[in-house]
Amino acid sequence: MRRVCVQAGAFDPGAELARLEALGGGAVASFTGLVRGDGGLVEMRLDHYPAMTTRAMEAIAGEAEGRWPLIGLTVIHRYGPLVPGDRIVFVGTASSHRAAALESCAFLIDWLKTSAPFWKRERFADGREIWVEAKVEDDAAASRWRTGGHPG
Amino acid sequence: MAIQMLYFAWVREAIGADAETVAPPAEVETIADLVAWLAGRSPGHAAAFAEPDRLRAAIDQDFAGFDAMIAGAREIALFPPVTGG
Repeated sequence: MRRVCVQAGAFDPGAELARLEALGGGAVASFTGLVRGDGGLVEMRLDHYPAMTTRAMEAIAGEAEGRWPLIGLTVIHRYGPLVPGDRIVFVGTASSHRAAALESCAFLIDWLKTSAPFWKRERFADGREIWVEAKVEDDAAASRWRTGGHPG
Repeated sequence: MAIQMLYFAWVREAIGADAETVAPPAEVETIADLVAWLAGRSPGHAAAFAEPDRLRAAIDQDFAGFDAMIAGAREIALFPPVTGG
């Protein structure tokens, strides 16, 4: 099962986990990313490249499926305005092996951060608005999985 | 050859448009050439493209390096490094 969603609306991690558990693999891993309220952040807006986003996420999903024996994979990424505490992204993997579930989950979120066309804009209580800068450590996290080709 | 350009995040804001159609001359062969050529279109373009190292590109919805050839491209996007996840 492969489930890739780009959506403005909220998602329910419990329902997503149940869907993966129902596949019967015996091992399910997940990551949920949420908006932090650090530094007086009042809103985060995620822009994306609609014609490319799903395609890029499907490519990342396909890469994970090629590297680990997965029986299920779910990737959900939201766009639009979000506030602290909102969920941004969900990655879930199901396998018969815990290492495959855990490693592919880490791989998927690392590559989503560097290879899916999303951009975060932050607005703070004092009125400041900034585009979030890409982090060197995110590139480093993604590159530890690199064995040759990279979609970015 | 008409190319649909798309701009995202601060690139879009600097240029003041999220899209435009351009027809670069034949000597514009790569993404790097295109960025240099586009920079001459307006002060906003010049500001957006002042530091090419801060830009990333996609040709027809696939990431592309600055040395990528643009011949045959229908849609080219220019944007900052992505920050999703």
